[in-house]
Amino acid sequence: MSRSPSILMRTIGAHVALGGYTLIALFPVAVIVINAFKSRAAIFSEPLTPPTAKSFSLIGFETISARGDFVSYFINSATVTGVSLALILSFGAMAAFALSEYRFRGNGLIALYVALGIMIPIRLGTVAILQLMVSAGLVNNLLALILVYTAQGLPLSVFILTEFMRQISADLKDAGRIDGLSEYKIFFMLVLPLVRPALATVAVFTMIPIWNDLWFPLILAPAEQTKTITLGAQVFIGQFVTDWNAVLAALTLAIVPILILYLLFSRQLVRGLTAGAVK
Amino acid sequence: MSSAKLNRWPSPRWHILVFLAPALSVYTALMVIPLALTLRQSLYNGVDGTLAFVGFENFSKLLFDPTWATSFWNALSNNLVFFVIHMALQNPIGIALAALLANPKLRLARFYRTAIFVPTILSFVVVGFVWKLILSPLWGVAPSMLKAIGLGWLFAPWLGREDSALIALSLISVWQFVGMPMILIYAALLSIPDEVLEAAECDGITGWSQFFKIKLPLILPTIGIASILTFVGNFNAFDLVYVSQGAQAGPNYSTDLLGTFLYRTFFGFQLQLGDTYMGATIASMMFLLILFGVCTYLFFVQRRLQRYQF
Repeated sequence: MSRSPSILMRTIGAHVALGGYTLIALFPVAVIVINAFKSRAAIFSEPLTPPTAKSFSLIGFETISARGDFVSYFINSATVTGVSLALILSFGAMAAFALSEYRFRGNGLIALYVALGIMIPIRLGTVAILQLMVSAGLVNNLLALILVYTAQGLPLSVFILTEFMRQISADLKDAGRIDGLSEYKIFFMLVLPLVRPALATVAVFTMIPIWNDLWFPLILAPAEQTKTITLGAQVFIGQFVTDWNAVLAALTLAIVPILILYLLFSRQLVRGLTAGAVK
Repeated sequence: MSSAKLNRWPSPRWHILVFLAPALSVYTALMVIPLALTLRQSLYNGVDGTLAFVGFENFSKLLFDPTWATSFWNALSNNLVFFVIHMALQNPIGIALAALLANPKLRLARFYRTAIFVPTILSFVVVGFVWKLILSPLWGVAPSMLKAIGLGWLFAPWLGREDSALIALSLISVWQFVGMPMILIYAALLSIPDEVLEAAECDGITGWSQFFKIKLPLILPTIGIASILTFVGNFNAFDLVYVSQGAQAGPNYSTDLLGTFLYRTFFGFQLQLGDTYMGATIASMMFLLILFGVCTYLFFVQRRLQRYQF
């Protein structure tokens, strides 16, 4: 009994520390979202109070829907992120299956060759990537971004998925082989469903940097019709820096989709990590 | 044995090639070859439209010729400061948060974990802008908050001053990415088996001493991975400086990092024309620095860390 007060104190201490840090983490985001729904005067006079009936205003969102092309930016971002993710997951899973399942000459070397890409940023090859895209006629084409992001995401995807696929029992696959399944069917029907949690982990980790990237859209696809939402928001801020309502509304719109996806996947993130991806 | 009898792999094993080909070709074509070409290009120079091999001349220009060297050493030393601040703050804070979160009896752990990770998923455009806003003397959320607690005199336009801008930016970046070490170390703490901790409790090792004597040694490899990821991320950083201080990394280049230096050199800005060859040289320099860091880590740190198998 003598120890219970100290345990209570410790629990309270933990909540104070974590709660305090949560405030620090969320405060700036709250500042943007709160003020996006306020009139211009209220943004300046009372930046920290939530919108009231008097200060509530959607003028910022009206401005960007009239002036900005946020819908098309959004579609561009969704296309690039979605297609890249599909390619990263399918190509990555296929390569991971080959590396984890079969013994062949060069297996270890190929795994190492791909794993090197986790540590070396693809950005350092930008000079040559741009020349490559210019000569292929892909500048200001979303395909350029998709290809680059697929290459960027593959190393981590292959690495994590290989670790997961090693844990699948060989008996299951051998049973499939006895039943006459081809190697392709074993991959699609037996292995892929079992690594779904790992696919979700890879999806979260590769999706966020793709959605948020500014470097490659700036360099490979800066044209109006290929702008992503991140680049669009950046350019918009530059042009409308005095129209605070519009800027805050634009930033709110840039936050929302990734936040929703993150909340949907956040449990997978930790589950995937604890299941052995990072050890 | 049984697999051999079953003739598990009918040869030739074309399916291995089919499984590997898409990933290997995309990765090679868009990552490995461009990187190799960039390295090659750093040894060339364009003279009147013709390509000339110049050996390491570009590198010696970058390191010693005052027109380049001043900017290069400035960016490199800024980058080091940026990295040191991250190592001193981001990882210890991440470890502390993860240690608090990993307590199995703690309620609301999932809420805290999710919330603290939110800044990490935000784009640099949002992060750069919101902190500029908060720290701006014009709008002044920070000054008025400091005034409210009687510390108004403390405020200065930190992002706008040469002596404080880099530190302010580093702190913003720490704020954004603290979720990364936190989540990695949290996962490592969760995967420590209960038997190990129960054995420690039987020996009377609990609380903080349990953390430092039992858990910390077990998660050292993960701390190592978090640190090397921080290193690679820091020496490749560009976005935060670009969105908050512009391509010129103001004020007066005090927040210039290798990434912004590369961008300016390659693409040019204002009156300076872009220079492909010096751009490739800077990219190669960054590649060598990152490679050196990663190798140092692998050979001197990771190898000496005890790996525990459960």
